[in-house]
Amino acid sequence: MIEFTSVSKTFPDGTQAVEDFSLVLPSRTTTVFVGSSGCGKTTLLRMVNRMVEPTSGSIAIDDADIASRNPVELRRSIGYVMQHAGLLPHRKVIDNVATVLLLNGVPKKEAHRRSAEMMEIVGLDPSLAGRYPSQLSGGQQQRVGVARGLVTDPNILLMDEPFGAVDPIVRAELQQELLRLQRDLDKTIVFVTHDIDEAFLLGDQVVILQKGGRIAQVGSPADILAKPANDFVRNFVGLDRGKRTLRIQQHEGRSIVVDETGKATGVLAE
Amino acid sequence: MSVASETVDWLTDSANWSGDEGIPHRLLEHVYYTGLAVGIAALVAVPLGLWIGHTGRFRNVAILVTGSMRALPTLGVLSLVAIYSGIGLTAPLVALIVLAIPPLLAGAYSGIESVDPRTVDAARAMGMTEWQVLLRVEVPLALPLLVGGVRSAVLQVVATATVAAYISLGGLGRYLIDGLAIRDYPQMLGGSVLVIGLALVLDGVFASIQHLALGERSRVEAARRT
Repeated sequence: MIEFTSVSKTFPDGTQAVEDFSLVLPSRTTTVFVGSSGCGKTTLLRMVNRMVEPTSGSIAIDDADIASRNPVELRRSIGYVMQHAGLLPHRKVIDNVATVLLLNGVPKKEAHRRSAEMMEIVGLDPSLAGRYPSQLSGGQQQRVGVARGLVTDPNILLMDEPFGAVDPIVRAELQQELLRLQRDLDKTIVFVTHDIDEAFLLGDQVVILQKGGRIAQVGSPADILAKPANDFVRNFVGLDRGKRTLRIQQHEGRSIVVDETGKATGVLAE
Repeated sequence: MSVASETVDWLTDSANWSGDEGIPHRLLEHVYYTGLAVGIAALVAVPLGLWIGHTGRFRNVAILVTGSMRALPTLGVLSLVAIYSGIGLTAPLVALIVLAIPPLLAGAYSGIESVDPRTVDAARAMGMTEWQVLLRVEVPLALPLLVGGVRSAVLQVVATATVAAYISLGGLGRYLIDGLAIRDYPQMLGGSVLVIGLALVLDGVFASIQHLALGERSRVEAARRT
């Protein structure tokens, strides 16, 4: 469980990124921070592994305040996957995946064995192990990033717009992959995105953020769709544009689901 | 006989290739001065440059100081130091170190600055300590520019190390100073040719090291680009 208590962050240049933010992120679930740029979602994420220090307030992991923990050790205990993968360009794929294991003093042979295993789990061909990151496609690099984040089997995985820079088809593939991984691995995932569809797809708990890290609404995707808290949320999730207001029409003996404008979006399963 | 053919005669005269005043010995002296000056300068400039690049602090001061260091006339520095230290290795060494520091410092901090900040951020987020970020990520990625700085420092120092002879020390500069004193132009020209040759050979060596510093990864990248 990750608990934010009255967390604020003002950057040295005076930007108030987060203001009095309190929230509990339950264990073994995926919490998605979603909002437009400048809403403080990445700042919130980076405060969990102390890449950003809060100006005031506290963050606790399983009831222990992280401010008292050594930042380097804390980071090694938390998986981190970022946009653009952030791989080390001068190291081979297998060494990139093994980075944190090696930092933790795992012998190289053992580290490579576990890394190869993890590469397989995230759907990477073993033949890629000896390549350099620049020789991989964007989607493959992102998978390496996920493998690197998971290889130490951390309880918490932080994902900062990890699929933001890949094309829509690969993104959909990676999203499904993450859902599958999460079913098997049961991590506490904190996921940041600006894409509401991605948030609804991946999140058990979705946090819609407004400027300054103010929470517009927290809840499951169903909660939010059933009872949007205000106009901002209604607008953000697309309820006001008719995209998510669906109706059923009969057509050729089947129940077709159409949106507000009458465009067919799917069919009800019989 | 023309100066050119006399120079060839001077360079090929076996008498000039032996003894303490022979070409091999002078060449060694020259390389020794160069190595010592660049070595000492690197001990100061490289750690300082890495620190400036890593922290991003005092960058403007470094640019200002190295800029004015570049403007110092070597012969002037040499004479000034010689007045205090007397005849000896100190004066030419100080003059050459002053010459070598700016390219070394610039190579070090610009090398570190050239590393993608996202890569550094990722390394830190993985749980690397600041030293690990510097030594395992920043320095390896900065290596081509770092070696480039050394290459440029060596080239400038090897060409200027002739000034050591100005205050009665050895090195290839001896041939220039001695030749000038007795108007022995073939000897002067022969000395110049040796300095140029040495500079070219050293530059070639460092070009190869720079290529190696790029490592397998960049050869792969280069191959992909073509």
